[in-house]
Amino acid sequence: MKIVIINYGAGNIQSIKFAIERLGYQAVLSNNIEEIKTADKVIFPGVGEASSAMKKLKESGLDKLVPTLKQPVLGICLGMQLMCNATEEGSTKGLGIFNVEVIRFSNTVKVPQIGWNQIRDFKSSLFNGIDEESYIYLVHSFYAPICDVTVSTTDYGINYSTALQKDNFYGTQFHPEKSSDVGEQILKNFINLK
Amino acid sequence: MLTKRIVPCLDIKNGRTVKGVNFVDLRDAGDPVELAAIYAKTGADELVFLDISATEERRKTLANLVRDVAAKVNIPFTVGGGISSVEDVDILLQNGADKVSVNSSAVKRPELINELSSKFGSQCITVAIDAKQIDGEWIVHLVGGKVPTELNLFDWAKEVETRGAGEILFTSMDNDGTKDGFANQALARLSESLNIPIIASGGAGNMQHFIDTFKEGKSDAALAASVFHFKEIGIPELKAKLKEEGIPVRV
Repeated sequence: MKIVIINYGAGNIQSIKFAIERLGYQAVLSNNIEEIKTADKVIFPGVGEASSAMKKLKESGLDKLVPTLKQPVLGICLGMQLMCNATEEGSTKGLGIFNVEVIRFSNTVKVPQIGWNQIRDFKSSLFNGIDEESYIYLVHSFYAPICDVTVSTTDYGINYSTALQKDNFYGTQFHPEKSSDVGEQILKNFINLK
Repeated sequence: MLTKRIVPCLDIKNGRTVKGVNFVDLRDAGDPVELAAIYAKTGADELVFLDISATEERRKTLANLVRDVAAKVNIPFTVGGGISSVEDVDILLQNGADKVSVNSSAVKRPELINELSSKFGSQCITVAIDAKQIDGEWIVHLVGGKVPTELNLFDWAKEVETRGAGEILFTSMDNDGTKDGFANQALARLSESLNIPIIASGGAGNMQHFIDTFKEGKSDAALAASVFHFKEIGIPELKAKLKEEGIPVRV
């Protein structure tokens, strides 16, 4: 099993590597196109501000690569948002994998949302063995509204997408690597995808 | 529903836990990694590591500790203490910290908050504020509450939010160490006047204090050290109690 975490200089990727190691697998950090192409599983992380992360992704040519990948790809947090059509943050155009526009929470709730919230309405094998209403850890100001690729939802003032899936592309708004046992099971499910 | 967070705080000196840890089941009471792992297992929602080292190697020692914690612990953690530059933060985040907290350095040079939030995103920048009341006015203090500034707590908190902080960790020096409860009036005022999460700190002595700070203080999270370290309050029992009171918690 070759797991590659795309390393394009955006945010904390060490935690994801450690989480995969805790599950008994190894993960390679890489921005090498060949190495990413030949991986069994690809993780596309991202923490920070959208436009600067997108800029880094373009500089390394990875913006062209990611949408063409055939193996299972998991975008986490900002990674998931960048896989959408666009995000309001920094008026950033995304990779267009998920046909949805990411927008900012309204000020009727505290922004960013920081902490543990619940996931439900599962429509993906990513959630095999996970109970509806399980708690996961989130920290974000922008969100993907409910759309036809929504595979889990969460309530924060409004009901929104906490996971997306289209074909071999998966995305979670929450951080599985920081979501205790529930998160580890979701990561394990991703790694075990056929 | 977004839950209220319970946050144990560990004081760290030269890579070791200092003061106030009394875990009989801990092989090495000074090992922050082991303590963190126990907290993660028993239901802590998040951890804060406050580094109080003053040695020249502090940066390296702290980076190593952060790496060890990130390798072992599957819940988020914040690192604070002596952070004063973009480079400091970069090292900690690269090693696996989820958030950093800045305090004195932000008071001395408020632009630091803008620099950090634009480079790393607001979501990982916590600003810690220590304050106490002087003649009825909440005044921000430095150096663990020893040195008063000219800043009013509420003005400073607003400025911190405007500059891009993702969260505020407010410690009332009037309450800290008293075990008499959190500064709920000030906390509620912060929570109502700002639109970022507020972590309450200082004064936890019993379970009722946590109920009060979530209900009356409108806090989003509550931080405590000794009540957890000395096992005066168990996190599973505390969460069960909070749930009974109708406060949303992760159980």
